[in-house]
Amino acid sequence: VSKADACFAILAVGAALYATFGGADFGAGVWQLLAFREKGERRDRINARVAHSLGPVWEANHVWLIFALVVLWTAFPDAFAPIMETLYVPLAIAAIGIVLRGSGFAFGHVFTGKGKRRSADVFAVSSLITPFFMGCVVGAIAAGDVEAGGSGDALGWIGPLPLLVGALFVASTAYIAAVFLLDDCRRAGDDLADYFARRSIAAAVVAGGLAAAGLIVLHVDARYIFDGLLDEGLPFLIASAILGLATLFGLVRGWARALRPLAVGAFVMVVAGWAVAQYPYLLPETLTVEEGAGAPGTLTAVIVVFFAALATVGPSLVLLFRLAQRQALE
Amino acid sequence: VALPLADNLLAARELMAFTLGFHIILSCIGIALPAMMLIAEYRGLKKGDEVALDLARRWSKAAAVLFAVGAVTGTVLSFEMGLLWPKFMERYGDVFGTGFAIEGIFFFIEAIFIAIYIYGWKRIRGWAHFWSGVPIVIAGIGGAFSVVAVNSWMNQPQGFRLDAAGDVASVEPLKALFNPATVYEFPHMLLAAYLVVGFGLASIYAIGMLRNPERRSQRRHRLGLLIPLTVGAIIAPVQVFVGDVAARGVADHQPAKFAAMECIYETGDNQTEWIGGICTDDEVKYGIGIPGLDSLLVGYSTSTVVTGLDQIPDDQEPPAHTLLHLAFDAMVGIGTGLVALGAWFGIAWWRKRDIPRTRWFLRAVSVSGIGAILALEAGWIVTEVGRQPWIVWQQMRVEEAVTNAGGLWWVFGGAILLYAALGTFAVIAIRRLARAEDEDEEDGGGPGGVGVPYGPTPEPAGAEAGS
Repeated sequence: VSKADACFAILAVGAALYATFGGADFGAGVWQLLAFREKGERRDRINARVAHSLGPVWEANHVWLIFALVVLWTAFPDAFAPIMETLYVPLAIAAIGIVLRGSGFAFGHVFTGKGKRRSADVFAVSSLITPFFMGCVVGAIAAGDVEAGGSGDALGWIGPLPLLVGALFVASTAYIAAVFLLDDCRRAGDDLADYFARRSIAAAVVAGGLAAAGLIVLHVDARYIFDGLLDEGLPFLIASAILGLATLFGLVRGWARALRPLAVGAFVMVVAGWAVAQYPYLLPETLTVEEGAGAPGTLTAVIVVFFAALATVGPSLVLLFRLAQRQALE
Repeated sequence: VALPLADNLLAARELMAFTLGFHIILSCIGIALPAMMLIAEYRGLKKGDEVALDLARRWSKAAAVLFAVGAVTGTVLSFEMGLLWPKFMERYGDVFGTGFAIEGIFFFIEAIFIAIYIYGWKRIRGWAHFWSGVPIVIAGIGGAFSVVAVNSWMNQPQGFRLDAAGDVASVEPLKALFNPATVYEFPHMLLAAYLVVGFGLASIYAIGMLRNPERRSQRRHRLGLLIPLTVGAIIAPVQVFVGDVAARGVADHQPAKFAAMECIYETGDNQTEWIGGICTDDEVKYGIGIPGLDSLLVGYSTSTVVTGLDQIPDDQEPPAHTLLHLAFDAMVGIGTGLVALGAWFGIAWWRKRDIPRTRWFLRAVSVSGIGAILALEAGWIVTEVGRQPWIVWQQMRVEEAVTNAGGLWWVFGGAILLYAALGTFAVIAIRRLARAEDEDEEDGGGPGGVGVPYGPTPEPAGAEAGS
């Protein structure tokens, strides 16, 4: 394993953590949005449940994005630049979505009444927009729209694969969020548990359907990834499918404790499978991990910083999650 | 329609300057407000002072809201680095990136412990709670170091070797971070953050006292004024010293920036120090000139030779000399004013153990916060505009780095609207927070009925606890 490979793995770990924890946050906002037809009082309760479950871990969940961005530009500057130059439209929209989400979240806690509802609306809409356009970015990279050293076509990302991956991102975040929210409701004895249980199943079916459709589109538009997924990535895909089906089974049977880890597992396996399938390419099929890697001294520094982060951030995060779980229990 | 590149460059620079100028205020608050709340909590725990503890709790809630806003404006900047300056990132991302990677750790620690601290007001008792806040302050300092080190590197690039094709061949990340400009840029920025928050927070209480004179004798308002004002009064003179070191560092390392900000046209000794004025092509108009002072400040002797703009090739000269000059003067002038205000306060406190009686003192404090922010922005204008036309000093010009993407003026306009709304709502939220706390106090109720980000939220209705 070269240092560049290690940095690629670090990038994948960051992406998986962001997909899981950031994803659960996005999805919670999506459920707020989809609750627009609910009656006032029930809608306020859904909003409150979402705010409650995001709770103190909010910011930490989103630092993973910064982490992944920084590792990308530090370890792989030759990949970062063409991605930014080609996909600036979806990236800029995602950035605006992040601003709106963060402010909706922050102000929603302070304001009351109408201000609180408006903040929740802003939060909800941007929770849909942001993961969708992030998905477009990932899909466009997979489809080979971003070429090494090139600045590409500004609207090239408007194609079947990017749009489908965008939709898949939204459905997946909604799915994992519904499982998390369901778990929170059960722990707190909230009767919204059934509400989220039904929605977890629906989201699982939609996400599964989109993933299946995605495979077909991958076959056409991103053959390299398709082949990789069915080759080196296959064990991960199978693991993800098994975990996903187990979660679905558990949802129908009303399992409690196992749901969260099962759903997270299914999620992480997809990201891992994708990373393995894309390897050795950073930008399929024009830039490999080795070609795109920065100077050796920097790669060493990134690896050192990663372990320093594990050593310092890890225990702190555990402490925070335990405090947050205590709130859930109270 | 493709815009001419120069136009695109200007739009990219304005957009970066605007979003960075906005974010930097929030960063200062994130760096220094936690220190203020810990000072208050320390006092509260040490002396059993409930009023001080209450202040710490109030300030921590404001810090939480502003930290959440600062986190998103900071995220925008990391997108902009690539979206606006892709060639810069492509060539040099692996040289300075380590600084941001380290900053990522500090940001993480800050985000986690600010949540634990806010959360802990009801769950962690006594000194343990105080210590849960200490990592926030340390992470603030570390984060400031890592980010400012990158900016210093842009001014004094080192720690890399280029190959024949002009690509980076090898990198020494630590050498890049610990470059000659870090030594003065980092402390200067860190102290600036403490000045902004020290005088800014004090000015809020001073305005309150001017509007409602009864508050002058109420302990919470007095303490709310005294803690940050004391910090500001102590730091202001230190900052003048650090600023002096920084200015001489710039004269030494970046003569073009120094000549532009001091409006020095011809290289030579016995240079005049100009205060104010407009810098035309060959002379300073309407300024107050003190003969020889500039040479004296740079090298402790009027015979010190200072490089003038005549030595700088035309295509390497920073633009907007008057802007640079006035921004520099504004920073120094306001800094000197803050030192004077601190001295006034210090002498009065030493003699009478009281805030000076005259309303003029409160008036001065109430404008000092805005003054400190203006000085901060002016300082960054000097640093950034003074580095032009380089994005990496004498290595890469801004026009080589900028994106080809169109429509940047539209994005700039949108960003102004978005950030204006963000700023407005942030102010409304902070005011609401303060009002809600006061109402709670009048009700004699428990701490804070109003929520804050990261804080415990009430269990939603419909839940039966503990099933």
